Amino acid sequence: MALLEIRNITRRFADFEAVSEVSFTVESGEFFTLLGPSGCGKTTILRMIAGFDLPDAGQILLDGRDLARTPAEKRPIHTVFQSYALFPHLSVGQNVAFPLRMAGVAETELRRRVRETLEQVHLAELAEHYPHEISGGQKQRVALARGLVNRPRLLLLDEPLGALDLKLREEMQLELIKLQREVGVTFVFVTHAQPEALALSHRIAVMNRGRIEQLDEPSRIYSFPSNRFVADFIGNCNLLEAAVIERRDGLLRLAAAGLGEIRAPASDAEKAGDKGVLALRPEQVRIGAANSASDDANRFPGTVRDFLYVGDVTTYQVALDNGCQLAALRPNDAPGRARFFEVGDRVTLSWAADAGHYVRD
Amino acid sequence: MRKLPLWLQLAAAATFAFLYLPLVVVVAYSFNDSRLNAEWVGFTLDWYRVLFADEEMLLAARNSLFIALVSSLCATLLGTLAGLAIHRYRPRWLPLLVITPVAMPEILLGVSLLVFFIQVLHLTLGLLSVVLAHITFSIGFVAIIVRARLAGMDESIFEAARDLGASPWATFRLVTFPLILPAVVAGFLMSFTLSIDDFVITFFTAGVGVSTLPLQIYSMIKIAVTPEVNAVSTLLMLLTLVLVIVASRLDKSFMKGGA
Repeated sequence: MALLEIRNITRRFADFEAVSEVSFTVESGEFFTLLGPSGCGKTTILRMIAGFDLPDAGQILLDGRDLARTPAEKRPIHTVFQSYALFPHLSVGQNVAFPLRMAGVAETELRRRVRETLEQVHLAELAEHYPHEISGGQKQRVALARGLVNRPRLLLLDEPLGALDLKLREEMQLELIKLQREVGVTFVFVTHAQPEALALSHRIAVMNRGRIEQLDEPSRIYSFPSNRFVADFIGNCNLLEAAVIERRDGLLRLAAAGLGEIRAPASDAEKAGDKGVLALRPEQVRIGAANSASDDANRFPGTVRDFLYVGDVTTYQVALDNGCQLAALRPNDAPGRARFFEVGDRVTLSWAADAGHYVRD
Repeated sequence: MRKLPLWLQLAAAATFAFLYLPLVVVVAYSFNDSRLNAEWVGFTLDWYRVLFADEEMLLAARNSLFIALVSSLCATLLGTLAGLAIHRYRPRWLPLLVITPVAMPEILLGVSLLVFFIQVLHLTLGLLSVVLAHITFSIGFVAIIVRARLAGMDESIFEAARDLGASPWATFRLVTFPLILPAVVAGFLMSFTLSIDDFVITFFTAGVGVSTLPLQIYSMIKIAVTPEVNAVSTLLMLLTLVLVIVASRLDKSFMKGGA
């Protein structure tokens, strides 16, 4: 039996449906992520699981038991808030002890577990400090320790890394993975940052306008988006409008707008006449000097219009001669050289016949 | 800090002089060895001796303290509840209802309370009527202070308490109350100072039998401002000053721990 089962929940606010008939299950020990743009309903779902809000329809089951009549304080579910929500009048140690006190844990046992948990998040020496005396990253760890100390069945995390700067955020991501593995508590994580979701999760539910667009493992979400929204929202992606001309031997012949005929891998039951988009990742598009040799089935000449240099890689925006604009990514792996092409350079873009993923409308 | 231009310094000095010189004069003359507030003769504590032998004055002081203590305790309780309710449930009319007495002209409040006590409640004017009157005008101040404190706080703190297993009552006891305590204490001290120096409303609701310090001082200066009045004013001033300082200190030290 799944640890958490969400059955057809709907939540309306006045004339706006924040969550529409959403269903999913979370397995014990899983790191599950709800990913989507702001306003997609992910936080509303989290608040309903925590018990701060109730669905207008549908059920939330924990270990097969309906939670509808269980108030927030009786649910074995804890939350790490985006603002951390540490108690400002209590020390770090007292903050972490709070859920244990509420559960009536005896004093010696309580002390031992507070110390253990603080050690786990490397904060043992800060137990006597107050929240206003510690840094944002440390507050984050206190909030995690407080959420985990009583070993809840489920830990909900609402954009917990949103307030941290980039460097700290990457450190915390690694620590979250490690911590979750160590304590074995099931995590339900909410974020709008897709790299974070891809890096942390076992499975991701991509949400948009109150519905789940796709639910799958990170690599499948990235490589095989099930529709335009997912393809566009996850990572950078070239979306080529294209109609199916023919399907044969696991390959598609597509008529792409502003590009002409291209080859792409077939996935399910595409047939001639289908319309849709080819989702092609910039790292799947090779960029080379004009007329350079390649075995790729799809080859187009063009001119570099722009590039985005981010250190390890550069993304080139290339205007193809037949009118279409594509992004191509190339690692800056040549020694002593920052990048390969300049604006205005003539180049050739190419990609393999089995690159990309065709999404029917 | 940049040095202010001379004219601004002078203007500031003049303003402070206008505010505080009268008080300084009152304090000074309370130690003056003369019946008249005319010229400085010499230092004496006689007027304080006279004051502490004045039975009527002592009774008025006792009344004032009793009224201030009881009315501010009740107003703090009710005002805190009102502040919490306004914050939690966002009612449409409650804020207006609670805060109106704060803005109402005192004379109007005094007259209407008098009419209400006598004609509707058939209450004999006395300590009880004054206490009730003081509670009505203090509740609003407490509610405003408590609500302001709550408005400045992260709402998820209270959700976090529930989330981590605290019942609504435990959440109030362990989280909400400790966090609003500075505002509650500040509201209490505010009510206390308002009550102890209130004249207008007390004048209308005290009847003939009961006197308070402000009423007593007023009845004495109808004849002349004697040094005894200076002495009692000085003590009243001192008490108010202490309360104000304590209130502002409390707020600051609590805020530090609370923010």
